[in-house]
Amino acid sequence: MQPQVKWGNPMTVSSIAASSLRLQGAAGSPLPSLPAAATTIEISDVFHGFDGREVLRGLCVTLTQRRIGIVGANGSGKSTFARLLNGLLLPARGKVRIDGLDPARDLRAVRRKVGFVFQNPDTQIVLPTVEEDIAFGLKGHKSGAADRAAKVTEILDRFGLADLRQAPAHRLSGGQKQLLAIAGVLITAPDCIVFDEPTTLLDLRNARRVGQVIADLTQTAIVVTHDLPLLAGFDRVLVFDQGRIVADDEPGPALRAYVERMT
Amino acid sequence: MSPLHRCPPGPKLATLALAGTGLMFVTNPFAMLDFLALTLLGFHVAGFGGARIWRQIRPMLWMLAVLFLVQGGLAGWTLAALIVARLLTLMLLASLVTLTTRTEDLIATLERLLTPLAPLGVNPAKVGLAVSLALRFLPVIAEEAERVREAQAARGLGTHPLALILPLIVRVLKAAEEVAEAIEARSGHDDGPALSR
Repeated sequence: MQPQVKWGNPMTVSSIAASSLRLQGAAGSPLPSLPAAATTIEISDVFHGFDGREVLRGLCVTLTQRRIGIVGANGSGKSTFARLLNGLLLPARGKVRIDGLDPARDLRAVRRKVGFVFQNPDTQIVLPTVEEDIAFGLKGHKSGAADRAAKVTEILDRFGLADLRQAPAHRLSGGQKQLLAIAGVLITAPDCIVFDEPTTLLDLRNARRVGQVIADLTQTAIVVTHDLPLLAGFDRVLVFDQGRIVADDEPGPALRAYVERMT
Repeated sequence: MSPLHRCPPGPKLATLALAGTGLMFVTNPFAMLDFLALTLLGFHVAGFGGARIWRQIRPMLWMLAVLFLVQGGLAGWTLAALIVARLLTLMLLASLVTLTTRTEDLIATLERLLTPLAPLGVNPAKVGLAVSLALRFLPVIAEEAERVREAQAARGLGTHPLALILPLIVRVLKAAEEVAEAIEARSGHDDGPALSR
């Protein structure tokens, strides 16, 4: 089954702002000084399955935009798709290329290029205190201890977590944990960040805060979500159904197609 | 910052290791109580009050109680008191070490100590990470246990241990899988295949 709308020329941020979608949400602030090029992700004829069940069925898509949303019913394959993007999963068949890199061969380079934020920050935060967990991603980097400490301080300030530097991670609120999880990924300065349902466990205020963090990123952001307002201002939305992309368009038309399918 | 906080992790770990072995040779319950008192003095020196000590003891109370009753019934109450006092002293001493040492420093010391074992196939970095994960996830597992207990109580299930343990094991295994995935995603390692799920 082919997508209802085939993606054409990428839209500019300003044209997106003027698009017809009028969802009330967290995003929408102008993006700060964007880097020259977004990450290019090419997926060619990808199949993948678990326990004899096919989860992705012949996916073909090229992503070149900076803000890409992925929606779909539970079990539609969107989280599996997200995991292909930094090599957490390798496709059973087909090709995945991240800026030309093959995760099967260039796993380290792909992991450095693509960060991943999981749905549940409790399982993404792996070290006992806020400071230690943020520094985890820098372990093994060649930068010195002073440089690492400076990076940690900078990111703590940026996310308003400076006062919690020595705090045990398990004592943080849900919103603070999700910010910590994002900070822990951002400190490695990836070109692209994949978010797997980042607001599912959050209340409205924290969901908006995370939405604002995503909106302010200079990196490419690919967001798997059921939180449709989060996708306001995005460049492109893919709708998944039964392992295929069934709609691929600007947020307005794509989300309308999704809502129609779900009702 | 207390003298115990300023003390490097090496001597603290050595003291803990020494106590772990040495206390096995203490057979007088009153002498064991002296060591327990010394440990409590350590908490005082580190600036921790009674409330903090109670928070360390509370989670292990039920286990100590069971141990005391079983040992008392099988081997006599004096020996039971000795064993419980020994275990309590060691647990409090271990808590004191972790409370007064940054995890990062603790792990770095541990990794340094394990480096000579690298030719034998021991990976100090992986051992350090395992210890960090244990420290990180102990409170998370405790919270999970509390959630399971509440859920079982809400469904009218009693306090049968299986009703708590089985769902907890399932949750912990699922969490372990997610944590492994997160570590893989965050560490940039490529020393193995991607998860083949």
